[in-house]
Amino acid sequence: MGSYIPSTPAQREEMLRAVGVSSADELFAEVPASVRCKGLNLPDGKSELEVSREMRKIAAKNTVFPSVFRGAGAYNHYIPSIVKSIAAKEEFLTSYTPYQAEISQGLLQSIFEYQTMICELTGMDASNASVYDGASAAAEAAAMCRDRKRTRALVSAAAHPDVIRTMRTYAFAAGTEVELIPVKDGRTDLSALSSMLGPDVASVYLAQPNFYGCLEEAEGFAGAAHAAGAKLILGVNPIAAAILKTPADAGADIAVGEGQPLGMPLSFGGPYLGFMACKAAMMRKLPGRIVGETTDVDGRRAFVLTLQAREQHIRREKASSNICSNQANCALTASAYLAAMGPQGLQEAARQCHAKAHYLAGKLGGIEGFGLRFPSPFFHEFVTFCPVDPEKLTAALEAKGILGGLPLEGDQAGCILWCCTEMNSREEIDALVDAVQEVCGK
Amino acid sequence: MNDVKLIFERSCEGKGLGLLPALDVPEAALPDGFGRKTAPRLPELSETEISRHYKTLVKRTYGVNDGFYPLGSCTMKYNPRINEEMAALPQFTQIHPLQPERTAQGCLEVLWRAEQLLCEITGMDNMTFQPAAGAHGEFTGILLVKAYHKSRGDEKRTKIIVPDSAHGTNPATAAMAGFTVVSIPSGEDGCVDLEKLRAAAGEDTAGLMLTNPNTLGLFEKDILEITKIVHDAGGLVYYDGANLNAVMGVARPGDMGFDVVHLNLHKTFSTPHGGGGPGSGPVGCKAFLTPFLPSPRVIKNEDGSFRFERDLPQSAGAVKEFYGNFLVDVRALAYILTLGKEGIPEAAKNAVLAANYLMKKLSEHYDMASGRCMHEFVITLERLKKEKGVSAMDVAKALLDHGIHPPTMYFPLIVHEALMVEPTETEPKETLDEVAGVFASIWEEAQKNPAALHEMPLHTPVRRLDEVGAARNPKIRYEFE
Amino acid sequence: MSANELLYTKSHEWVLFSDDKTAKVGLTDYAQKQLGDLVFVNLPSEGDEAEAGAAVADVESVKAVSDVFSPVTGTITAVNEAVLDAPQMINESPYETWLFEVGGITGREEFLTEAQYEELCQKEG
Repeated sequence: MGSYIPSTPAQREEMLRAVGVSSADELFAEVPASVRCKGLNLPDGKSELEVSREMRKIAAKNTVFPSVFRGAGAYNHYIPSIVKSIAAKEEFLTSYTPYQAEISQGLLQSIFEYQTMICELTGMDASNASVYDGASAAAEAAAMCRDRKRTRALVSAAAHPDVIRTMRTYAFAAGTEVELIPVKDGRTDLSALSSMLGPDVASVYLAQPNFYGCLEEAEGFAGAAHAAGAKLILGVNPIAAAILKTPADAGADIAVGEGQPLGMPLSFGGPYLGFMACKAAMMRKLPGRIVGETTDVDGRRAFVLTLQAREQHIRREKASSNICSNQANCALTASAYLAAMGPQGLQEAARQCHAKAHYLAGKLGGIEGFGLRFPSPFFHEFVTFCPVDPEKLTAALEAKGILGGLPLEGDQAGCILWCCTEMNSREEIDALVDAVQEVCGK
Repeated sequence: MNDVKLIFERSCEGKGLGLLPALDVPEAALPDGFGRKTAPRLPELSETEISRHYKTLVKRTYGVNDGFYPLGSCTMKYNPRINEEMAALPQFTQIHPLQPERTAQGCLEVLWRAEQLLCEITGMDNMTFQPAAGAHGEFTGILLVKAYHKSRGDEKRTKIIVPDSAHGTNPATAAMAGFTVVSIPSGEDGCVDLEKLRAAAGEDTAGLMLTNPNTLGLFEKDILEITKIVHDAGGLVYYDGANLNAVMGVARPGDMGFDVVHLNLHKTFSTPHGGGGPGSGPVGCKAFLTPFLPSPRVIKNEDGSFRFERDLPQSAGAVKEFYGNFLVDVRALAYILTLGKEGIPEAAKNAVLAANYLMKKLSEHYDMASGRCMHEFVITLERLKKEKGVSAMDVAKALLDHGIHPPTMYFPLIVHEALMVEPTETEPKETLDEVAGVFASIWEEAQKNPAALHEMPLHTPVRRLDEVGAARNPKIRYEFE
Repeated sequence: MSANELLYTKSHEWVLFSDDKTAKVGLTDYAQKQLGDLVFVNLPSEGDEAEAGAAVADVESVKAVSDVFSPVTGTITAVNEAVLDAPQMINESPYETWLFEVGGITGREEFLTEAQYEELCQKEG
């Protein structure tokens, strides 16, 4: 049995004597006998070697695909080696939320740097220290906009399904509802939005690019939302943000997104990173931790958790969110990633994603039945028709070590959502196209 | 001394790393009107300089391996390295969340086994791993309560009862879920006042949120009566798992009468706190609440394989993308497999022993908020503050100069000048003895030269900060020249 | 009641009537000392309804937030916007720093005189 208890039996005896009891069980005298556990039905403890073997055995039941053409909210990007080594440093990994600023300057500074980088990516004035993921960031953003008079949240039906589901849950909690703005040609229908807006609408959520990979005309939505007194929340992909018009320039009031592409591995869905940034006017409505710059008694520059009176530990039931942590290690990962990539590297990654997706779309378009589903411009994902059962195609690709595009459901059943990143070499893309041809081609 | 440079202040135009190969397909142009005006001002640095920058920051960060870290309510136990190694296996990190289930059986098995094991430890029937943190788990758990009452058409249950000793997240969570919070004062003994609870519980009670042991470090000895009062009123009882480390393997929330629990895998189950996250806040429930859990749920097929069940019409909804902070769950599974059925209660017993031992030693000088404790105890410095003007803050800051992370300060709110100490089972006796010596020396300093304590810390990278200035004129991003 | 006489509430606001129907409200010196250095103030908007005993504003220090209750029922007719930019004014000169003005007053709490208020503060320590 493995154990992390450092005291010896003799030392424990000594401690028990000092406390004045004869056994550890006596320390649990307040626990009623009727709720005392008679022994857990768990396996026996294991040595480290046994645990390692068992966990590896479980891990081996997964298939790692050498070639990935699936995105849909989780993206396979190159993670610079240095990023992993920085995020794994044990001081960063094992510290708690930096309440004691005097001995937490490194962590606090890293968050301050992260906040600055997120502001730079989004063009916004203020960023928090991050939240759980992109979906909860979107839900928290909607909560920032809500007040007594404005309770309705309008959400693009082309947003990621998990974002919509999460926003619905948070709205259910608050006793309000989410209404979906319909999609036309793969993009959110601006004219439909206009008829849904009204004096009780708090926010409009739009994804850029959206779930289908299409680029939205965000400014039109900002204009319409603002004319009705509502706020625009733009959910952005942080890699695309390197080359797309910033949310601030597009007129958004709040920018949120899933930060996973910034150096986090796919990891079966988590841990990921929710980033949130906004215009100065809404800064005090941001939920979660925020780090600010100040000085110490000797006049040195220093960093500290600030604007804490917004938060749950002070406001209790009046707090707008109950969040009391951030994804600090993921935020650190993102800032190390952005530092390693630099402005040119990040833009290059974005351009490669964009170019490779268009190359693949062109090649697939040469196979009968794989035309583009939507006519709208796209970034690094796109939807095609599929002349055979998409599941059948996926299985055939799987046998060749390729994770193909995602077969869609609902309205788009029978279609496939493809994704390319800088990870997909031309050779790999050509091999995918050949494999598709083999299954579906004539 | 010079300030540590921000990464932006180290930047020099033209520097960078050679990370990506040249584009090997034709370029594609963005359509007009979609492009960004200027590049984001990210730092431009060599790999050497990036490495050194973060090394500088590491030196100014205090982790569990730097020394004693007795943050009450946070369970800063040692984070075993094997867990990190397992979570870094490429067969976990390189799995896409939307891979076909047949190609992700290992991931599904991790979730399924962790659910079985943690249900056994908590006495619950089912569990979701979707919530990313404790507060997120609370939110999810309270939504189960909400969805349950709603499914019965019981719309009048609008109130959640919370003891005044509760963590601030409890009332914030209840409010976020649309409930009105009813705060009940603790009794003289620091536990729930049964009469006050009886008076508060009624047909508008949706539930009670409770942590046990409570935030004073006391086991609610009347726990069965407490849960019965709420159940009799038609409400449900929610277990805040913040303090499970005190009782895991010794007593199960499910046997105490709790209907729904959240756990903090980053506290009780040894996964690292990461400087604030990622954590994992799974929510367990009794079978009658299972239909309300977030989707998808992991199901074991008859042939031993696993699948996701997504068709859950009564689900309270999703609280996050995908299935939660999966790699954190991998770490927790490795930990539970390591400890096993003997090791789990052994950890709790040693956590309680360490706390009692340290409390005994510190009692020689310091006043305690109560005479006994479980895995943590609360010091009150009210007397020292009155007599010498030395506050809990002063003592905390003095500890910094001794290389010790201070306990949780000014919590719980019901104790004046509180310091809440949670040593955990992974601290050697030698450390506890040293720490007791440090506390004693600070006490002596407070008697002889109280003014000196207001100046501390003296030997940390920076000293006390101007928090008022930071909040009055928020500067929360670097301003480029 | 006489105009221009400072009155007090149990929740540590001061009230200054300029006529029967109009009063300015601020925080007492005792209140600002208890709260410590204030860093942020949330004020109501002109035109908001105020009800005696209900929270209409709040003030934040670094580690605390506290509601400010309206001692009278009426309509908010003005707010002191200078305080929004400089909350320290409340710490520096609490009795010269009004937060909001209520007009069209139709109801009021029971007020304390200066002597009664001092007694209350003594009691609260």
